[in-house]
Amino acid sequence: MKKALIALAISAVSIASASAQDLTISFTNLTHGSHFTPLLFGAHSADQHLFQIATSASDNLQAMAEGGSISALVDDLTALNADVISSPPPGGATAPGQTVSFDLTTQALNTHLSMTAMVLPSNDGFVGLDALAIPTSAGTYTYYLNAYDAGTEANDEVFAGMEGGAPGAPGFPADPLKKQGANATGVTTTENNGTVHIHRGVIGDTDAMGGASDIDSRIHRWLNPVARLVIEVK
Amino acid sequence: MQNFIQKIAICGVMILSISACSDNNDSPASETYGFSVQIINMTHAQPLSPPVAMLHTKSFKFWSIGEAASLALEKMAEGGNGSDLLALQPANPQFEATAAVLPGMDVEFTLQTADATQLYLSIAGMLINTNDGFSGVNSIELGSLTKGQTRVYHTYTYDAGTEFNSELPGTLPGPADGGEGFNPEQDDVTSVVTLHSGVVSADDNFNESTLGAADKFDNPTLRIIVTAL
Repeated sequence: MKKALIALAISAVSIASASAQDLTISFTNLTHGSHFTPLLFGAHSADQHLFQIATSASDNLQAMAEGGSISALVDDLTALNADVISSPPPGGATAPGQTVSFDLTTQALNTHLSMTAMVLPSNDGFVGLDALAIPTSAGTYTYYLNAYDAGTEANDEVFAGMEGGAPGAPGFPADPLKKQGANATGVTTTENNGTVHIHRGVIGDTDAMGGASDIDSRIHRWLNPVARLVIEVK
Repeated sequence: MQNFIQKIAICGVMILSISACSDNNDSPASETYGFSVQIINMTHAQPLSPPVAMLHTKSFKFWSIGEAASLALEKMAEGGNGSDLLALQPANPQFEATAAVLPGMDVEFTLQTADATQLYLSIAGMLINTNDGFSGVNSIELGSLTKGQTRVYHTYTYDAGTEFNSELPGTLPGPADGGEGFNPEQDDVTSVVTLHSGVVSADDNFNESTLGAADKFDNPTLRIIVTAL
């Protein structure tokens, strides 16, 4: 009996991974005051990841999380023969409440889906999805995504302009809402968890010309989830 | 093999989050569809304004993420009055509570319809110690419930996008402030419905805020229990 079950299981795997799939993906920014940098989606095999909880970020993930640059992650995915969508929506960033939709055709072996995009403003916060097994039955599936901290930069919450987007450079690079402050002294200078983890949220303050943070606590905070992902399997 | 287990796990999640199959629905077509609904306020100290509930067809919604709030939604989200939401479909089966649902308390009611196309439920109420925050469910599908079956929903908290979350004295209708409810002026930084970012409060270094640590909340805010009768 056990043997039969194993045989069934193997057969299910081979059936599930044997065919290409046509997907329509809709991604919604659920936050009230945070933008997302250009979105990166990749369908890949089961054992591949853009990031993993409790694991150090790759240099290329760091470039995305600190500055929104996804070109190196696109190269990574392409090298893995993944099916890639790197989709800057009109205007470049996904605004609060905005939905971006696109079609994705996956190759037979690319059974899992990952995504990343930096949260602005934040030091190294990103919205992510790590290797979701793509449903194989036709239907519409809804997922809610959380915000992660790449663990690569201290969350000082100091507005640093575009220089702040370079990997390893302190500060955050931009707030598309243009509600960032100035002259902050910095919330912290250390990052005590050097692995990818759930973001604890930004602190912010209400002093636009000083205080510890250049993030506005009334505008830029978030509660999880920060994004909704709807996958339509055809 | 691990791959297979992952697929099973995901499949299990989907069965929980999408509706179960409707093949076993033993209701004759001519019968009345009845639902018992219980709303529990799970927050620490955010009273829920008298919640409103309605059965309706698939295409109707109280709100849509990313779209501007209707005037009726704005009145509910800023002032706690959901009457105008119910007036959008006045002939539909509906319920309006007579009092706020306090933290740790609940309200229970039933809704009935004989129209098999009206098996979608929406519920809304304001967290009244906020500027324009509300919670509820938006057009959840009930037609696949079999008689006696119960489904539990945990709700997110939304921001109507119609009033800046200033938290200033005089801008909140709840007991933490006793200030203004609905105001047609719109001054939010994001003018569409999104999820709510939470309140900051004076205890979190926003000294001008009329709110305190007790008014903070996190998701989820309501538990809604629906049983098909």
